Amino acid sequence: MEYIIIIISAIFINNVVLAQFLGICPFVGVSNKISTSLGMGGAVIFVITLATIVTWLVQMYLLQPLGIQFLQTIAFILVIAGLVQMVEIILKKVSPGLYQALGVFLPLITTNCAVLGVAILTIQKDFNLIEGVVFAVSNAAGFTLALLIFAGIREHIELMEPPKVMQGVPIALIVAGILALAFMGFTGIV
Amino acid sequence: MSNFKTLTKGLLKENPVFVLLLGLCPTLGVTTSAFNGLGMGLATTFVLVMSNLVVSLVKNAIPDKVRIPSFIVIIASFVTIVELVMQAYVPALFDQLGLFIPLIVVNCIVLGRAEAFASKNSVGSSILDGLGMGLGFAFALTVLGAVREFLGAGAVFGQKVIPGDLMLVFVLAPGAFIVLGYLIALTKIINKTK
Repeated sequence: MEYIIIIISAIFINNVVLAQFLGICPFVGVSNKISTSLGMGGAVIFVITLATIVTWLVQMYLLQPLGIQFLQTIAFILVIAGLVQMVEIILKKVSPGLYQALGVFLPLITTNCAVLGVAILTIQKDFNLIEGVVFAVSNAAGFTLALLIFAGIREHIELMEPPKVMQGVPIALIVAGILALAFMGFTGIV
Repeated sequence: MSNFKTLTKGLLKENPVFVLLLGLCPTLGVTTSAFNGLGMGLATTFVLVMSNLVVSLVKNAIPDKVRIPSFIVIIASFVTIVELVMQAYVPALFDQLGLFIPLIVVNCIVLGRAEAFASKNSVGSSILDGLGMGLGFAFALTVLGAVREFLGAGAVFGQKVIPGDLMLVFVLAPGAFIVLGYLIALTKIINKTK
């Protein structure tokens, strides 16, 4: 039951993108087509889950025993940057097909604040490792969901003609606003 | 480019938020009021100036291959300093900004300026560039925060000017996207007529 609450609240109520404003750059940047959004979403799910596990272990077995929690920001960003590099290298060798699909998005993910954000939130919420993983996966799924819906709408906007100054990012942001409004309807479910 | 231009280009012409669309996460996340926007903007400005300064100082000592990780460590150090200082002296603001303070590390503006400007230019102009970009960022956040605060709560910098409830939606998440959308369109118009 606990896990179900974590999942629902992370995907719908506190959606990373639409309610917590994490990962807006890729949200606006790569959401032109549904296919690229799927690739980005896959890469993000993969990296967020891995990063949360590793940073949780670093926090519990390195930072806390040594009493150097104030180095959290530096330690986490280094771990994430290193992890992304490693995933890239391993994928290239082990699964070229997957690398083809996710490869271009991987370097972008280091500066996706959703990754660092979810890692820090997991620590702040005092989750144990399993809860942390559930939290990470559902947050990443929420990110992918928002990205997919948004990409679907943007593909349609391409065919319309909004006023000239509104074309591109402004109209996209207003659509995101309406989408966030729709997601607010989930408030109070759990 | 003259020093004055380096300093002022961030305000409108190359505004990091309204024109370059960088650092959107904190922009949307913390601007529920003008004061929060300003606080976040100034914290980011400090990190930008200091990291630009250090990066331009050590640029010749860093091998090209490891420059991005080195820049990230430099930036993360200053973010940690800001985090600790704010926690100690402005705890209320620190609580309001919350998660977005450590997230200055992954703000694309900071790494972007280190990579695109500070790693190629002299110390003096790097500081000016960091200051200009930082102030442009702070300006954008303050404007966005002020508009949202005014429409949503009828207040300016915490001072209530219109009594009663207004359109609360502008203080909530959807309002952030909508107001930013209109402000970007407005900037397009202003930059075109100049």
